[in-house]
Amino acid sequence: MKIFATYNIKGGVGKTSAAVNLAYLAGEDGFRTLLWDLDPQAAASYVFRIQPRVKGGAKALIRGARPLDDAIKGTDFDHLDLLPADFTYRNMDLALHKAKRPTRQLSRLLGPLAADYDIVFLDCPPSISLVSENILHAVHTLLVPLIPTTLSERTFDQLTAFIDSLDGQRPAVLAFFSMLDRRKRLHREIAARLTAERPDIAATVIPAMTVIEQMAVRRAPVPAFAPRSAAAQRYRQLWTELRGRSGLT
Amino acid sequence: MATGRCREFVIEDGAGPVPRRVAAALRPHFTVAAQTRRRARQVWLDTFDWRLHTAGLVLRQVSGARSGELVLITSAGEAVASEPLPTQRWPCLIDVIPEGPLRDRLSPVVEIRALLPVARADGTLTQLRVLDGEQKTVARITLEVTALAQPAAGPLPPRLILTPVRGYQSATDRAARLLAAADGFAPSTRSAFQTVLATAGRQPGDYSDRVDVTLPESMPARTALATVLLRLADTMEANVGFVIRDVDTEFLHDLRVAVRRTRSALRLAGDALPGDLAARFAPEFKWLGDLTTPTRDLDVNLAGFDAMVARLHAAAPGDLEPLRAQLTHQRAIECRKLARGLRSARFGKLMVSWRGALDEAAAPPRAPRRSKRAHQPTADIGSLAADRIGRAYRKVAKRGAAITAAGAAGGPPAEDMHALRKRCKELRYLLEFFGSLYDPAALRRAVKDLKGLQDCLGDFQDAEVQRAEVREFATWMLARRAAPGTGQPPVSELAATLLAMGELTSQLHAQQLRARAEVAGRFAAFARAGSLRTLGLLPRMAKA
Repeated sequence: MKIFATYNIKGGVGKTSAAVNLAYLAGEDGFRTLLWDLDPQAAASYVFRIQPRVKGGAKALIRGARPLDDAIKGTDFDHLDLLPADFTYRNMDLALHKAKRPTRQLSRLLGPLAADYDIVFLDCPPSISLVSENILHAVHTLLVPLIPTTLSERTFDQLTAFIDSLDGQRPAVLAFFSMLDRRKRLHREIAARLTAERPDIAATVIPAMTVIEQMAVRRAPVPAFAPRSAAAQRYRQLWTELRGRSGLT
Repeated sequence: MATGRCREFVIEDGAGPVPRRVAAALRPHFTVAAQTRRRARQVWLDTFDWRLHTAGLVLRQVSGARSGELVLITSAGEAVASEPLPTQRWPCLIDVIPEGPLRDRLSPVVEIRALLPVARADGTLTQLRVLDGEQKTVARITLEVTALAQPAAGPLPPRLILTPVRGYQSATDRAARLLAAADGFAPSTRSAFQTVLATAGRQPGDYSDRVDVTLPESMPARTALATVLLRLADTMEANVGFVIRDVDTEFLHDLRVAVRRTRSALRLAGDALPGDLAARFAPEFKWLGDLTTPTRDLDVNLAGFDAMVARLHAAAPGDLEPLRAQLTHQRAIECRKLARGLRSARFGKLMVSWRGALDEAAAPPRAPRRSKRAHQPTADIGSLAADRIGRAYRKVAKRGAAITAAGAAGGPPAEDMHALRKRCKELRYLLEFFGSLYDPAALRRAVKDLKGLQDCLGDFQDAEVQRAEVREFATWMLARRAAPGTGQPPVSELAATLLAMGELTSQLHAQQLRARAEVAGRFAAFARAGSLRTLGLLPRMAKA
């Protein structure tokens, strides 16, 4: 089972869009896929029309009172299930803090799902916290959407430095430019320069597009309601790149 | 990716198209959206001996023009696993299923048996989605309008199958209640598979390699014995076509066991049959048994090959690959010889005349016959069974005692081990033939005690056969290298293979030593653990 997480300390950079579309494409390719909406804002759950509610909340999941398996919901799409968000996830840090080995709890919870799923995507909340540290220990590849600005580059450097400082097995990092505005010269220049310079930045760029914003209106992944759109093609390219880098055949 | 329990409904006559009737039944709690409509072929699969059915599982392949899927559910309708699989010609071994949860679930049940088509239905499948207030799919409905195509053509009643989406079981239960309350949808009392089997005239569990005949104690011995032998003939005939097509190795195993049982029955109780029937047919069944031996021995070798390779210490696992290739090649040759033998006029004539003779023997005798050598034809099977089981047991006891005596001096000779094994087999077969005459619990205990001893003797004999074969193959490999013009392996490869075969021989020898050291103890346990008493009394423990 491969675990991917879309993560950035900043909000509004395209984490949920990437998680929803990539998880959909993984399912479309026949991988048994689970998307865990860890963000209490519950945007991914909303897109899939699933109530953002987990009985017992974050505490029950972390304590093991409710197995992860019980909370999973099927989406409308083949091979794709969702573990919904819950408003109590905002306090997940507290529940994690009380557990033994607080930075390894998500790994522990996800372990038993390996029999049922080939791929898990974690849609993470924008923060740097105990939840983030759990995610870094649990995942194989961290997907980092970046808006092509100088500050984003700086934040990405801080993140990679933090990952390098971690003990034990560290996740691979794959950043990609998101919400790129072709009209802005700075966006174009930063994206071109960093993509050429850094091997941990994907060649695929996801531009800012109206069709991506429509996901919240249509309540479905882009490739499901606009399969031939440029956005769907870009997400397909990104998925192909991620598959290749992760050795998924 | 488990979902939950499916519900099935038989569609009765009603006004309007079925999707519209479904939507009306579920309103106002749910709306219904049409999804797809396609022509599809459904093939239900199981092993020849119904292993999936016995394990409470139903496996079905659903295939359309461009895609296909294998779906495994429980007999109660719970989804277990599924796997995309393009159209496949069955029968096949489980290797055709890609690695994953479906294969993981099937493997321990199916093991080395092939999956065979039990029935096939063709028709139209219409998918509908059941949506809640958020327009979220909470269940799927499949409308099946199909007809049975194999093993016989026949109509199947149109059905609705309601499948929950994971996490929405309560919504599905509600939809099921609404459908059940509506006119025109009757909850099905039989699953789709049960309906298909009933229409096809198939009975699950209609094959078993066991001698499952019920013999009243007072039945004339010749009638009872002919009944047992007819059952064994059924087993041979059920398997022979699959052996010729080399569908899986167990068909040959079952055929071979039925032949061996037949030969034992003729040898141990053939005098109960009329005239010279036993003497006339015994050589033909020996021919048949011998015909099956080379392929079966190679099957056993190849089945245990990976385990043997895993036990190697000094040699690399790859060193034995030339031996595996040779065994596989030799098996292909022997299979062709076996198939020729089973297609021959001699085999066909044997089975026809054998059945005819047994039918005649099973009929009530016309007039009493007198013969000094033959067992009384009017004797009942109860007396004959008691007599023959007693005799067989005494032979086992005598051979066992000889083995115990030889135990101290490095164990008994191989010939004695083999002779005891044959006597044990005879006793086991008699218990199986006449098992219905005895108390089932006492019989089970006796067979279990005997099996412990047989397993030990079997380990010894298997190693003996394998050692001889390894030696034979080593000779063959060297001879082939010496022969001009043949594809010759490099000397280093040949040396590595021969050294690995040497290590293998050493391991087989160690296996024999272990069996030798154990056999006296196993026999003592067999005699001491009540087997002696139980078996000695068996004839007198007949059911009231």
